[in-house]
Parts: sequence; structure tokens; C-alpha cells
Amino acid sequence: MPPQQPARFADVADVTARLSAAGYLPDAQIATTVFLADRLGKPLLVEGPAGVGKTELAKALATATSSDLIRLQCYEGLDEARALYEWNYKKQLLRIQASQNSADGGDWGDLHDDVFGEEFLLSRPLLTAIRRTEPTVLLIDETDKADVEVEGLLLEVLSDFQVTIPEIGTIVATRRPMVVLTSNATRELSEALKRRCLYLALDYPSAEREREIVLSRVPELAPALAEQLVRTVRALRAMELKKSPSISETLDWAQTLLALGMDTLGTDEVRQTLGVVLKHGSDQTRAAAELRLN
Amino acid sequence: MDGITPGGLPAHLDGFVRAVREAGIPVGISSAVDAAHVLTAVDLLDREQLRHGLAAVLLHRAAQRPTYDVLFDLWWPLTDRPSVPSEAEPAQDGAPDDGVPDADRQAALAAELRAELLRKLLDGDEEALRRFARQAVEQLGQGQPSPSGQSFFSYRVLRALSPDTLVSQLLDGLLGGADRGGLAEQVARQTVRERLAAFRAAVEAEVRRRSAAERGRERVARTAVKPLADQVDFLRAQSADLAELRRSVAPLARRLAARLSAKRRLGRAGRLDFRKTVRASLATGGVPVVTHHKPRAVHKPELVVLCDISGSVAGFSHFTLMLTQALREHFSGVRAFAFVDSTDEVTRFFTPGADVADAVQRIGREADVVSFDGHSDYGNAFGVFAERWASAVGPKTSLLVLGDGRTNYRQPGLPVLADLVRRSRSAYWLNPEPARLWGSGDSAADKYKQFIPMIEVRNAAQLAEFVTTL
Repeated sequence: MPPQQPARFADVADVTARLSAAGYLPDAQIATTVFLADRLGKPLLVEGPAGVGKTELAKALATATSSDLIRLQCYEGLDEARALYEWNYKKQLLRIQASQNSADGGDWGDLHDDVFGEEFLLSRPLLTAIRRTEPTVLLIDETDKADVEVEGLLLEVLSDFQVTIPEIGTIVATRRPMVVLTSNATRELSEALKRRCLYLALDYPSAEREREIVLSRVPELAPALAEQLVRTVRALRAMELKKSPSISETLDWAQTLLALGMDTLGTDEVRQTLGVVLKHGSDQTRAAAELRLN
Repeated sequence: MDGITPGGLPAHLDGFVRAVREAGIPVGISSAVDAAHVLTAVDLLDREQLRHGLAAVLLHRAAQRPTYDVLFDLWWPLTDRPSVPSEAEPAQDGAPDDGVPDADRQAALAAELRAELLRKLLDGDEEALRRFARQAVEQLGQGQPSPSGQSFFSYRVLRALSPDTLVSQLLDGLLGGADRGGLAEQVARQTVRERLAAFRAAVEAEVRRRSAAERGRERVARTAVKPLADQVDFLRAQSADLAELRRSVAPLARRLAARLSAKRRLGRAGRLDFRKTVRASLATGGVPVVTHHKPRAVHKPELVVLCDISGSVAGFSHFTLMLTQALREHFSGVRAFAFVDSTDEVTRFFTPGADVADAVQRIGREADVVSFDGHSDYGNAFGVFAERWASAVGPKTSLLVLGDGRTNYRQPGLPVLADLVRRSRSAYWLNPEPARLWGSGDSAADKYKQFIPMIEVRNAAQLAEFVTTL
């Protein structure tokens, strides 16, 4: 598996430094896995609960490697025409009709080559990423939402980085994009797909790292308050809630405290702002009871 | 792979991969090859890089990580022993001379380390805590030396230091003089719990490492590795396992819901929507390139869950009731019934947003599931159900029976069940007992099996498999 182009990162420390500069604080696991994904030239599959920074990692990678981010958002019913490429039927039809009306009537061979040309091809994210010559990060977001058939398509594209369009020929990537797949683990992705990827399980960060994240994203927040905030969020996560607060919700909470000018996080403050982190009524009731807010 | 001598590192990696496989984590050949590539790419002197790097190619699910970490620590143990021996040695060498009784010296040492532990726990520096754990095992964890070598025990360390009794001092320290009670204390308690757990884990890891050096890592690996959460037997699950299992319920329900609604959509769209098609064709010069269809009338799946909640299947029924609750949030047409020796509808306890543990308790208290002696009576339970809720099962209903089919040698009520199965669209029986025990003793599972497809669901993995084949 020799890398097709010079490696983007020199070593793990380099990954850490450049991702940090891009505003994403990686821990040892993230940095090592990203480094390997680059070195081994394999796609990176990031799995974890919502809001732990999966998509954010891909964006930071794009910034850190000065690449453009191409994003394929998966959803139920996503098909080849939306993910890979599609012929612009409407335009093709107009072209045919226009040539019928013209005096000479047009030669079929010319016309055929013409309507199946570059001009009528609608490039979707996967094809776009493969054809680009500039550095690219391809983000395939929420892969678990897509149907199983799409996984087959991804397998094909991600193993060879080439696409065959019958009318045009095979398009091979001149420059392999760095691929990041994310999944919320709502369903198990197929073994075949997982085997081709490097697997990175993202979870809620350690207290120390979360505090650093809060302070880097919301620098105006007092360090002592950040500490208090992170510990409170961790106490919430230890409860059996429907939806545990994620990093993004911790950050929202920090912003809220800042906006409201609160400089401590006491019982009153938590009671007033709990809605920022817990979005289910039952979760709020439960948290209020366990934290003795009432 | 230059620089690697054959037999050395590759053989070691191979042994590690085998151990990971033996622990129930499937690792394919290609992953093993990738692991070798990882060795060439990462900085081998940085142990954490190696740990995370190998994890990236060997693991495919988050739940496998704790098992992997235990094995990794055994196969790639820490070799540097910062300052521990030098501190420990003088204490031991000096022992015979000073004439202080052994027990006293031990007690003094324990007290000293305890004070140290308190400081480290208050500080919250994980690396320092780990180092301290290694030192504590070295000094307090030794068992009686035997001919086979020195053995170490985590219980000795934990007994000597009794970290649980430090909680109150830790709380005082963390609260920094603030009042007890209320939010601050709850938050501090959580922090204390986390740090104590980290210390305990560090002690256990160190003991494992030392045992591995004495007894060989293969033997330690076999005993130290716990089964993965979704492989834990429902009927033997501890409360910690259940908490882990609960986390897997919501995705499972979502998956089940997605499958059922996917089936709904799969049948091609309904009749041609002429108006929409013609309007769309205007964009292509009057040629209807894309046809539009009217959506089919949506078939709402109805699910009736009939769940044995007697004591013998408590772990299982608790779990399945949670699945029921999760399903309720996706479907309106879910009705739940619970039975012991009589049946009652329990749908009302599962309003969306209700707390499941709470609901299960309320069912035990308020639902009318016991009419006689509180031992399972399937015959009577099915009878009551068929009689009182005759209309619940119809041609659109999927029936799900959950229970072990142990009738206490009473009437199994086969004709009633057969009739219910005939009336429903589809019916399944999920049995938490291993299939080989069906029909043994008072189990009527083998009889029920002739009328209703019975599926062995002993753990979350099997339940997930059932859900995906549905």
C-alpha cells in the first residue's frame, strides 16, 4: 500500500500541531489514527455519538492540509445518481430537439458523442472528489443513514479510487483524496467496508481535554468556570439519559453562560440554563432530581 | 518491513492478534496485514501510538475497546519502571535490621501511601495516579511467595488503602469549604467516583501485568478478559452489564423501526400522478422523462408485545420492556402486555419520554399480572389475554412473545397460542434460554415451538441479529 503522493503529515506530533492550529484539539488516539490514515492511504471511519466532533474533525483536516472539503451527506434513499454522477437528461433532450430542428438534421454519431460529453455530465460529490487535481478531503457524512446498496458503491470507489462511466470511460484519481467517513452507529456498517477503513471510535473526551476544548473555543470563559462546567457536564453524562450532552452542547452551554454574564455555575444558574444541554423533558426532570436542583 | 527480524516482532504481533481473536473480536487476515503495516509507520518507542494505531486496524466496534486495552497491556507491557524499585528496595532491605514487627511496618507503610493516594486523587492527574498505583502494587500487593514465584493481588492493595473510605475527605477537598448538599456535592461526587474507578483500574492493570510476567500472558489473558457487553447472558447479567446493555437498546429500536418503515417504502410508489408528470415534462420540452407517482397509503405496522415478567427472566424482561419503550417512540401502534400468571396491558406505563426503570417498577406495583401465587402460568396468562384483548391481535399485527416458556408444570395453553398465531400477520417467540434447554424440566418451549417460530435470544448480539433478519 504505498502512498500515491507525498505524505501530508510528517509524524503524529505534526498531526497534533496542525489540527490544533486549525482549531481542533486531538488526543493521542485521534492524532495517531489520522496519521496512519494518511500514511497507509486508507479511508478513516469515525464512529461515535452525535456531537463529539466527527464532522468537525474532517473540516479541521481540510484546513490543516489546506485542502478543499467535498461533502457527501448520506440519507435513506441516497442513490448512485446523487452520490456519483448523473446525465443531465433535460439538457441532452434539448440538445437533441435543437439538432432535429436545424436544417441538416445532424449526424447521429456526432450527436451521440456530443450529448454524452463532459457538458452534459452532472458530477456528484464522489466523482468530483476523484477528478480534482487539487488536494481534497472527501467527507462522507452519516454513512449509517444510507442504504446498504450505497455501501457497495462506496467499497468500489474507495478501494480503487476510480469510476467507470460507460459512455466516457474510466476515470482514475490523479490525486487520491483523503477520505473521512462518519457514522452514528445507528446500524452496523458492513464488515467489508469497515475492513477497508481505519476505525476510530470517538467518545466523549477526558475531563482535561474537554476543558481545553472549551477554553480554546470560548476563550473569554474564566478557567475556573470552565472546570466547573466540564465537571457538571460529566456528572450529567454519568446519568442514564436519553441523550447525553455532547461536546457541542458543552460549548453551547459555555457560550450561554458567557452571554448571560454568569460567572459561577451554581444551582440557580444550572436550573435556568439546563435546556441548553438537555433537550428532552424527561432528561431534564431526571437531571434536576439527581443534581438536587429543587 | 525492513529492520524487523523474522520471528521477533512479527511473531509477537501474531501472538497478540491471536489473543485478540480468542477474546471474541474477529480480526481478518487483511487486518492482521494492516497491523504489520502499522508497526512500520508508527513510532515504536511511543507505546500509546502503537496502542491506538493497532486499535485502528484491529477493532471495528467501540465496544471491543476495553477488551483490547487489557490485552494490549499484557502483550506490550510497560518496561520502564520509573523510580519504583529504587524506592521500594531500601524499605525491604532494611527490614530485618530495625526490629520493627512486620505488621506494624506494613501498617505504617499503608498509612503513608494512603495519605499519598488522597493527595493524588485530589490532584486528579491521571498519569501520576497510574504511577502511584504501580508503586502501591509493588509495595502492598505481594502475596505469600510460593515456589512458582511471587504473586500479586489487587485486593491486598485495595484493602490496605481502602480508597472508598477516602470519599468524604475527597469531597471536602474538592468542594473547597463550600456547603455540602445540592448541586456542587453531586458534581463533586461524580468526579470522585471517576477518579476512584481510574485508580482501581490502574491497580488491576498493574496486577495483571505482574501476573503476566510470572505466569505467562496467555493464562492471564484468558481470565482477565470479560465478555463483550452484547455477549453477556441476559439471565446472568449483573447490574453493571445491564447499564451497558441499556445503551444499546435505543439504536436497536431505531434500527428495527427503520427496517419496518423501509419495508413500507420498498414496494414501488403507487399509481401514476398524471398532473405532476405532465407539469414536470414541461421542463423537458413536453417529453415526460421523469414520471411522478402518488404515494401509497401508508401501512402502519402494529406490534403486540407479550412479555413474561416473572422473577426467573427478570434480566431479560427488563431489557425487552426497554426495547418496547424505545419502539413506542417510533410507532404509535405498539401495545405491550405483561404477564406472570395473569395478563394486563402495560402500554400506559410506556408513554413516550417516561423513564423505563420507573415504568418497570410501576408495572410490578400497579399492573394486575398476578392472580394466584406469583409463579409463571402461561396457560392462564394466554387465556386471559385472548379473552380480554381479543381484538388486539388482527391480520395486521405482529405478535412478539417474550419468555422462557417455563410453565411450572401447569397447562401450557397451546390451543390459545396457536389461535393467536393464526390470527396475527406474523408471530415470533424470543426465548432467553439456550436452545438445548428447551423442553427440559418444566419448560414447554419445545411444545410451543411447533406453533410459533421460537428464537434463542440470550444476549444483545442475538437480539440485534433477530432484528436485522426480521
